[in-house]
Amino acid sequence: MTGIVALYIFMLAAFTGYEIIAKVPVILHTPLMSGSNFVHGIVLVGAMVALGSAVTPLEKIIGFVGVLLAAGNAVGGYVVTERMLEMFKASGARKKTGGGH
Amino acid sequence: MEDVTQAPGLFTARLLIDVSYLLTAFLFIMGLKRMSSPVTARSGILWAGAGMLVATLVSFLYPGMSNYELIIAAIVVGSIVAWWSGKKVAMTDMPQMIALYNGMGGGAAAAIAAVELYRAAFANVAHAPVGHSAVVMSLAVVGGIIGAISFSGSLIAWAKLQGVINKTLRFGGQKFLNGALFLGSLAVGVIVVVHQGADPLHVSLIFGLALLFGVAMTLPIGGADMPVVISLYNALTGLAVAFEGFVMNNAAMIIAGTVVGSAGTLLTQLMAKAMNRSLANVLFSDFGSGGGGAATAVSGSMKPIEASDVGVMMAFASKVIVVPGYGMAVAQAQHKVWEMCQLLIDRGVTVKFAIHPVAGRMPGHMNVLLAEAGVPYDLIADLDEINAEFETADVALIIGANDVVNPVARTDKSSPIYGMPILNADKAKNVIVIKRGQGAGFSGIENALFFLDNTRMLYGDGQKAAAELVNAIKAAG
Repeated sequence: MTGIVALYIFMLAAFTGYEIIAKVPVILHTPLMSGSNFVHGIVLVGAMVALGSAVTPLEKIIGFVGVLLAAGNAVGGYVVTERMLEMFKASGARKKTGGGH
Repeated sequence: MEDVTQAPGLFTARLLIDVSYLLTAFLFIMGLKRMSSPVTARSGILWAGAGMLVATLVSFLYPGMSNYELIIAAIVVGSIVAWWSGKKVAMTDMPQMIALYNGMGGGAAAAIAAVELYRAAFANVAHAPVGHSAVVMSLAVVGGIIGAISFSGSLIAWAKLQGVINKTLRFGGQKFLNGALFLGSLAVGVIVVVHQGADPLHVSLIFGLALLFGVAMTLPIGGADMPVVISLYNALTGLAVAFEGFVMNNAAMIIAGTVVGSAGTLLTQLMAKAMNRSLANVLFSDFGSGGGGAATAVSGSMKPIEASDVGVMMAFASKVIVVPGYGMAVAQAQHKVWEMCQLLIDRGVTVKFAIHPVAGRMPGHMNVLLAEAGVPYDLIADLDEINAEFETADVALIIGANDVVNPVARTDKSSPIYGMPILNADKAKNVIVIKRGQGAGFSGIENALFFLDNTRMLYGDGQKAAAELVNAIKAAG
């Protein structure tokens, strides 16, 4: 991947992120912040490769901490986002059935 | 290992990795898109989760990797701890938990940078430079600094919201010190870039200064502003991940990190706007330092009322608007409040919940807490929808909210919250405030609403008060 291609990716991804959030109702801000927090847990793959290429003990220690933290970011971010959105589904269903009275 | 990478079979592995990362990027973007509507939100996280799973599994196939046992051990330990903590955390504590997980991501990005930079530094000391381009080195340094700031800053944000740190530390020359720490970190970074890694001491200095800056920058910020700060650190972590993605030549990291970086920046601005403050104001002003006490003194007195009287008042009202705040959630009163509202609805009373954009501790946090209690969407109204309705309401029931209903925000130019959009609860015929004691709010500002002629104070714990109201309404017959 050449530098200019990487810049294109960077620019297009930046617009994408902006567009996704721009029309979000306030009620979803917290879950969405949590969801985007989960998405940057992708740092896990970088940390895996960094630890996978580590040679010296120092590199291994830092790499290990990196993977540990990244896995925490990804898994923790997923669990709390899922828990929050779970409740939104429930209240949506209740609204439908409760519409009668 | 070296000769294996030349084998044609591994070219396929590389291709599989690239295609899988493309799929991951697609799943992430679609997932976030689905999360932006209440109808599809639930499936959004599943899409994004599938993307993460694909990316993680396929990364084991990277050519030339070793230390598999360490990688697996770290993933297993990190996942179990995070899974357990994420399942167990109360909904009220969600903001600081997000801060904590976000800090971990920032720390991981900094760790990637540290591995690369220390390798370059030791190689340089041994007179065998690794030969990274200046661009790659710069991105590693900048991503590392941002990640380290996000890491230590998020930890402080977590500690503050969790109540581990109660004080906001402020002293003269603080901004100067912060500036010096940040510029110092950057300056050492420039040296490391120019000298191909320089030496391990310089690399350590970059991270040390950046970590200190994250702490020093977050400590003076008041608790009420912390959600904006957490959102900012979320965006910063995204950016750090994107930069380290350039270093690792990893498209999935670049795309996901950048999407989060820009989405998070916008979200941060929206939050700051909801509080009627600019981001610079949140980060660099002394809001909530107690200086607000000099504002115009509030005259009048607080008039108490009994729960039984409030129960009768609401039972025979035609319209009640509930204004919940974070205090309600802390007291775990939302279930009792909803039970009370159901009784009123059964009696034919129109009940609505008025949500301020920053009710709770993050925009939308209160909606999550009410959803947890089972309150349907259509009863929940935001500031713009509900403000005109207060004039027709017989009772505005304030429970656990304070600054967001303080009318001085409309009238008193000397007040620190002047100009902040508020819920016009004071326009209701009767205002009932459920409050634990007589103290001021989160921001330390006296609330003029409590002293109005049409306001009555119902003192007590939120949950207990709500339970008393339930009984009072039942007794009203």
